[in-house]
Amino acid sequence: MSDVGQKPAVGREERILGIIETARAKRPRFKDPAITMSHGAGGKATQTLIEGLFVPAYGGTTLEAMGDAGAAGDMVMTTDSFVVKPLRFPGGSIGELAVNGTVNDLAVAGARPLALTVAMILEEGLDSGVLRAEVEAIALAAAAAGVEIVAGDTKVVERGHADQMYLATTGVGRPDPRGRLAPQNLRPGDKVLLSGSIGEHGTAIMLARGEFELEAAVESDTRSLWPVADALLEAAGPGLRCMRDATRGGVASVLNELARASHVAMVVREANVPVDPLVAGAAEILGIDPMYVANEGKLVAFVAPELADAALAAMRAVDGCEAAAEIGEVRTEPPGMVLVETSFGGRRVMDQLVGDPLPRIC
Amino acid sequence: MKYVDEYRDAELGRALSTEIAAAVEPGRHYKIMEVCGGHTHAIYKYGIDDLLPPNVELVHGPGCPVCVIPMGRVDDGIALAREPGVIFTCFGDMLRIPGSSESLQDAKAGGADVRMVYSPLDALRIARSEPDRHVVFFAIGFETTAPSTALTLKRAKAEGIENFSVMCSHVTIVPPLKALLESPDLRLDGFVGPGHVATIVGARPFEFIPADYGKPVVISGFEPLDVLQSILMILRQIGSGDARVENQYKRVVPHEGNQRALEALAEVFVLRPHFEWRGLGFISQSALALSEAYAEFDSERRFVVPGVRVADPKACQCGEVLKGVIKPWECKVFGTACTPEHAIGTCMVSPEGACAAYYNYGRFAREKQVV
Repeated sequence: MSDVGQKPAVGREERILGIIETARAKRPRFKDPAITMSHGAGGKATQTLIEGLFVPAYGGTTLEAMGDAGAAGDMVMTTDSFVVKPLRFPGGSIGELAVNGTVNDLAVAGARPLALTVAMILEEGLDSGVLRAEVEAIALAAAAAGVEIVAGDTKVVERGHADQMYLATTGVGRPDPRGRLAPQNLRPGDKVLLSGSIGEHGTAIMLARGEFELEAAVESDTRSLWPVADALLEAAGPGLRCMRDATRGGVASVLNELARASHVAMVVREANVPVDPLVAGAAEILGIDPMYVANEGKLVAFVAPELADAALAAMRAVDGCEAAAEIGEVRTEPPGMVLVETSFGGRRVMDQLVGDPLPRIC
Repeated sequence: MKYVDEYRDAELGRALSTEIAAAVEPGRHYKIMEVCGGHTHAIYKYGIDDLLPPNVELVHGPGCPVCVIPMGRVDDGIALAREPGVIFTCFGDMLRIPGSSESLQDAKAGGADVRMVYSPLDALRIARSEPDRHVVFFAIGFETTAPSTALTLKRAKAEGIENFSVMCSHVTIVPPLKALLESPDLRLDGFVGPGHVATIVGARPFEFIPADYGKPVVISGFEPLDVLQSILMILRQIGSGDARVENQYKRVVPHEGNQRALEALAEVFVLRPHFEWRGLGFISQSALALSEAYAEFDSERRFVVPGVRVADPKACQCGEVLKGVIKPWECKVFGTACTPEHAIGTCMVSPEGACAAYYNYGRFAREKQVV
């Protein structure tokens, strides 16, 4: 850098990087003139909607923390809505999803799920057999997860104003005294654990829509995450820093959200991330990275390094989590970013999702 | 995955990385352009630039077909999508590309019937199943995707389908390369040649690059070992003072190209006199239009398309970034008027474009250079 002519250029680069970082650190403002599909995809646009419109309008410190669930007095509450198409898919259905989705938001907040409410929006003309099947699926999933359905609501809209059936569930859980989970707890050196193979739910849905003329026996992974959350709380106690269920936007979105919220970096070793060969094959053909594909029964846990082995062993002992793996760790630099050590040996940034994960054309 | 994993072997990658390090002169800086967006994607996905010595720099080329579509063309597409009775179909990547005031995704949210398809044949299928509507397919892409549009049109014609047309925005790879090479301030030392385009056109169309401009070209496959090997082949040519077209992707690319595909292209398309590229301006004979024989399937003849030209802001310097003359942050609008959320030029539109990558990972990218 002894070349004097270089100096202004370096100064300018530094200044521009500073401008970008200031812009990125600012709370996003919601300025879009209308809602597009990308606002529902779980990536940048969704984040802008939440941080730029909902949080400032509703206020409150609990909401500011933007966890999967929030404290309400001595209890923990969460809510979720379900518009999946098709209603039934290999490995599950909208009813089962509606129970497990809300149960899992409670579980990863470190709360034992106790009770749910179920709201239904039904389209005029919906076949009663279809409704009956989903009501049974809800009852079965609730029984399996050990939660009681304590209230509900039903609305019917004119034909064409909803696609068969939409569900919304609200859940209440009791905070488990063994853990104190919060994104601020993450420390450099913490290990990132994943409860099993990724991308199955999203892939199963994409294939079930029949748009790709592609067939593979991939089933949704929808299941209650309370058993594995319970095992982690038991094995790691206060060493369990934080958990997230990797739904919409996949594992990549969860890691990015936490890296930003906690001002830490994360490194993921791609070779350690379990992916079913059928999911990997479908993702390859569709040009999608399984790290961004939705799961409905996988959690990411951050555990103090000295407890990571015990926590991993406890996870693997849980039914359905045999493939659990340590996939990376928390670091300090560069803050807010998730880096991947690729299976091929290079490094890259694993960014937030922009819009839907659409297949590439070339 | 058999026949795929073999080309992703980390150990072989490390060996190639060592060979590359041995092939460069320590005091010299090398700038190599990968022409095709598919290569850019592979480089990003596998972290290939991380395996190169610091004095070998990869410059992302103009070969991302969605990113080079200019704003005016997107506006024309949106105008078609708003025509009563029209179902507007396009590839998913196209939905987010910004026009002058909105994207197709915004137009869809505003009520236009915009549908994502995975192949032009899907668009034709919609036309068959909805005979009361008119289906427009927004055809984009290089010589790689043009044959599938050609075959779809041949089928539509054979079946006598009347409610289907194509808004043809296919482009060709050689003219923009020529435009880059003509530039006196070009600072590129070699090219990773576009393997998919070459599958159709063969290796011959790239021979002018070494012959007229003295730069090596290696037509490359898309797996990480392919790309590393191609970079090594380019560096070896440079080292020995050579410049020729080599074909690393022999398992797929025949020297003469694919004759059947070329015949279909010749039947269905003609060259446009000129076409505007986002960030690069007008380039003559760089795009395709439908031939007279297929005029009835030409959306631009069946509908009144505004055809308004929306000028790229003068300050946009994508051309200079692509030529390797300036760094992204040296562009006058970088990070201020031009950001990933409101992209002006092609380098910012594509998430893997040089500017978007620098915007998103700037400090990280620079740390790597320092290491």
